[in-house]
Amino acid sequence: MLQFLQLVASGIAQGCIYGLIALGFVLIYKATETINFAQGDLMMLGGFLGLTGTLALGLPFWAAFAAALLVMLFFGMALERVVLRPLLGQPAFTVVMVTIGVGYLARGLVTMIPEWGTDTHVLPVPYKDQIVSLGGNGTEGGLIMSMEHVVVIAVTALLIVALYLLFKHTRIGIAMQATSQNQLAAFYMGIPVRRINMLVWGISAAVSACAGLLLAPITFVHANMGFIGLKAFPAAVVGGFGSIPGALVGGLIIGVVETLAGFYLPEGFKDIAAYIVVLVMLAVKPNGLFGENLRKKV
Amino acid sequence: MSDVILQLNNVESSYGPVKAIRGVSLKVSQGSVVTVLGANGAGKSTILKTISGIIDPQKGSVVYRGEPIQKKDPAWIVRQGIAHVPEGREIFPLLTVRENLLMGAYTRALGERAAVEQEIGQVYGYFPILKERANQPAGQLSGGQQQMLAISRALLAKPTIMLLDEPSLGLSPKLTHEIFEIIRRINAERGVTILVVEQNARVALKYADYGYVLEVGRIVMEDPCSVLREKEDVKEFYLGIKDAGVRGTRRWKKKKTWR
Ligand SMILES: Nc1ncnc2c1ncn2[C@@H]1O[C@H](COP(=O)(O)OP(=O)(O)OP(=O)(O)O)[C@@H](O)[C@H]1O
Ligand SMILES: [Mg+2]
Repeated sequence: MLQFLQLVASGIAQGCIYGLIALGFVLIYKATETINFAQGDLMMLGGFLGLTGTLALGLPFWAAFAAALLVMLFFGMALERVVLRPLLGQPAFTVVMVTIGVGYLARGLVTMIPEWGTDTHVLPVPYKDQIVSLGGNGTEGGLIMSMEHVVVIAVTALLIVALYLLFKHTRIGIAMQATSQNQLAAFYMGIPVRRINMLVWGISAAVSACAGLLLAPITFVHANMGFIGLKAFPAAVVGGFGSIPGALVGGLIIGVVETLAGFYLPEGFKDIAAYIVVLVMLAVKPNGLFGENLRKKV
Repeated sequence: MSDVILQLNNVESSYGPVKAIRGVSLKVSQGSVVTVLGANGAGKSTILKTISGIIDPQKGSVVYRGEPIQKKDPAWIVRQGIAHVPEGREIFPLLTVRENLLMGAYTRALGERAAVEQEIGQVYGYFPILKERANQPAGQLSGGQQQMLAISRALLAKPTIMLLDEPSLGLSPKLTHEIFEIIRRINAERGVTILVVEQNARVALKYADYGYVLEVGRIVMEDPCSVLREKEDVKEFYLGIKDAGVRGTRRWKKKKTWR
């Protein structure tokens, strides 16, 4: 039983990562009806920025973390302004292809940067090798989690609260929701729709970067680490593409199922677990867990 | 006519190759309620969209308080005091009623927060049902309630002039009259100038001061509403009061002469 809980706990930590990347997908999808296939690569860039911040610039870890998020916020906004906005009015297919191209480009360019390159890096964190035990007496008999996992869960929770406050209680956040629900009406209200979409891209990039910075201490920083986005995509689908809480819950489900499958099932099931969950979900509830019932106006 | 606040001079707008309005000129004087009547596809919505900057005209000018405003950014136009209540309400379905109202005030400074709250109270006075539903998603309102919300939301922009696109659409005759009564009250109590486009000529001519008739993108008639109500053509085509003759052929002939 304890072992099972142990696995669920690390599955949740893994699921937070998927959930954050899925959240990045969903934010952009809701605002612009585009699927950004470079989402995983934005995460990767976040990881590398953290690396540069701590190692090259010598910043304390959390300062580097915050700086990386900020840089990615602006990077996401710039990406929207320079690459995506000129495509306004083009078919969705074109836009999707461009995001795939952006992903390739990002992976390629990263390998050309000295210090980054094609190597595998370790992001040093102050809480390396610490453990937290919950319940039991001391280290005996309780649930044991690595600090890395605890940090993943805690930071994700914090980020969710921050985003909730933004979307529910600030004017600009409500305007972001409004714009994604009815863009035309937003224009009528004098909401600066283009600037709002730019901001959504920025936030999405920062959220993905956050996932990268959380994942890096658990695995590695590498130009191809963004491929994990392929598992965040199913998370978004399970949650009901277009739902923010759905993205997170979907991520958690996939993280937990995958971890359990990796332990209890034969080799190989771990990697396909996410897709099995999606297939089951699509068969049972095609709209996903949190699929919207109200018609969305375009 | 007293002070003209909004004037269109020979405005032409099109959607790609489709010319929707072909040289429309009209005047709206400050403090009045003006209506533009027209059938489906006449170009009524296009006139309003051109004024509020959603589409740019190919020719002509839109003059507001003496300044040309055509081809300006819609957000800038809202800030100048022109609020648009679009056709089909266009509310934000997943936001609450209150949040929809706050979005109406988006262009106002953050410092006006207290004034905005007070005005939300005032629009609840016009439409008490909105207060009851304040925290419900707007998508759950009925069509009539959504129209009330759309009008209220536009009021929150503190407009000098309000553009209304077929407020009667899909409403019962009773509710249509109620809405128009409120529109008149808004005009009288808050001094908001009103430009309302309508297919429902009977109601629009009852409540407006001055009217234009739009046919296939052109203004074919204009007069004070009291005069329009008595005109034979208007009576026949818009008010459905016909005298002798086979309606179909007469209609066709008249339309010919108007082009
Ligand atoms: N988005 C669009 N693309 C192409 N043509 C359009 C578009 N919108 C309107 N039109 C055309 O422009 C003309 C005028 O349309 P408009 O919407 O202004 O009419 P309307 O008087 O508001 O009609 P209704 O009473 O049906 O709302 C019509 O011929 C219509 O087909
Ligand atoms: Mg119309």
